[in-house]
Amino acid sequence: MSTQATGARLAWEQFWAIIWKDLRSELRTRQAWMSMGLFALLALVVFNFAFDLRVENLATVGPGALWIAFIFASILGLSRNITVEQDRGPMDRLLVAPVDRAVVYLAKVVGNVIVISVIEAVALPIFAMLYNLPIIQPAIAPILLLGTLGVAAVGTQFAALAANTRARELLTPLLIFPLIVPVVIGAVRATEALLTPIHDDAPWLGLLVAFDVIFLSVSAITFQFVVEE
Amino acid sequence: MSAQMLQPAAQPHTAAATPTPAIALERLVKSFDVRPVLRGLSYTLPAGRTLVIFGPNGAGKTTLLRTLATLARPTAGRALVAGLDVVADAGEARRIVGYVGHQPHAYEELTARENLLFFARMYGLRDGAERASKLLERVGLRARANDRVRAFSRGQAQRLALARGIVHDPAVLLLDEPDTGLDQEALALLERLVAERRQRGLATVLTTHHLERGLRLADDALTLVRGRIAYAGAAAALDVAAIERLYAGEPLVNGGAA
Repeated sequence: MSTQATGARLAWEQFWAIIWKDLRSELRTRQAWMSMGLFALLALVVFNFAFDLRVENLATVGPGALWIAFIFASILGLSRNITVEQDRGPMDRLLVAPVDRAVVYLAKVVGNVIVISVIEAVALPIFAMLYNLPIIQPAIAPILLLGTLGVAAVGTQFAALAANTRARELLTPLLIFPLIVPVVIGAVRATEALLTPIHDDAPWLGLLVAFDVIFLSVSAITFQFVVEE
Repeated sequence: MSAQMLQPAAQPHTAAATPTPAIALERLVKSFDVRPVLRGLSYTLPAGRTLVIFGPNGAGKTTLLRTLATLARPTAGRALVAGLDVVADAGEARRIVGYVGHQPHAYEELTARENLLFFARMYGLRDGAERASKLLERVGLRARANDRVRAFSRGQAQRLALARGIVHDPAVLLLDEPDTGLDQEALALLERLVAERRQRGLATVLTTHHLERGLRLADDALTLVRGRIAYAGAAAALDVAAIERLYAGEPLVNGGAA
């Protein structure tokens, strides 16, 4: 009887094992959740006071505030997730194992999407209450999922890239923000369109899907050059 | 731990199945930026042998082991583990290599058992739970199996790192200063582990600053000084004074042992 899994089955098992390991660690410390959650809530509250939220502006301003809060909070968590693993060395030990680097990358992205989604699930009702917008509806789910996936796809790759540098706290957002501009535009406009439907609007969800597919594919292929020497 | 209990992860490349050298270095060069760390090393370790690598700080010991573990890419030349090129055949090489560094680098928020189970899954082992239990017993961590590594002492974490390094029963085990932070009991465990591997015909390569222990454990010795091989041969032909002379750049006279 074989004692080893091989090929695609092994990759599948490794994929879930890495996600399990990351989530288990986060569930025990809750450090990323605490920092991300607090940041997202503070940002939403501050924007609520800072912006002119007259009724006619709400649907225009609200989605921007929502996604800025989500994206800034996400960067905090993404940076921490990969830095902890690279700084304290376990990533080295993981890389000695026969695990495809694309599997490591994709597992990290999915783990990050799950962590960020928890924050979004908590912050979204609060946003709806503060801004008085009917955003809690089934159609928001694909927008959140695709937008979060895009942020996690870029963030995981570049947080890993910056993790080996001394100025990583500065570099991570500097590298990530320019690249996620299409995600920001797509997610904000798709959310806006959800609140005030426009006939013949641009296919914002399509933009998010295209971005996610392209960036996930390219990053999965190139991740080995980021984490290996 | 019997040979029946933990079968080597990749049977075709074990010492028993092939006389392929455990490690082979062919004019191996490794530089960081323009600073050469390994300067054209050529060396062959026969299958099933135990090699100790000596060298002062900065001699290139860790870099050599990291290269053999596929963590560092050679700048020039080649490094082979059980006949597998660490660059071209890196995926296969990783199946048969175990690596223990001088820092434990365990997942601190996971328990000792969870750490071992995780790495058993990375190697695709079907009997990960059984192996984890036996290894925890073996390294004296059974009572702390379900404690988070964050609460471990340095020595306990290093014991766990040892267990993790052999969870897949590698054909070639690389130990980079594994004795760092270990108490006497754990040092005895380490020595038993190396001796058992030698009996089973599995190769072990270790670095250490504890010269006497290194000479006692190994069949062969390699001494690196400033990235070059100052001595390659039988460990029995060296003694501590000879190694210290090598560190100082003096040539050996009549082999080396007093």
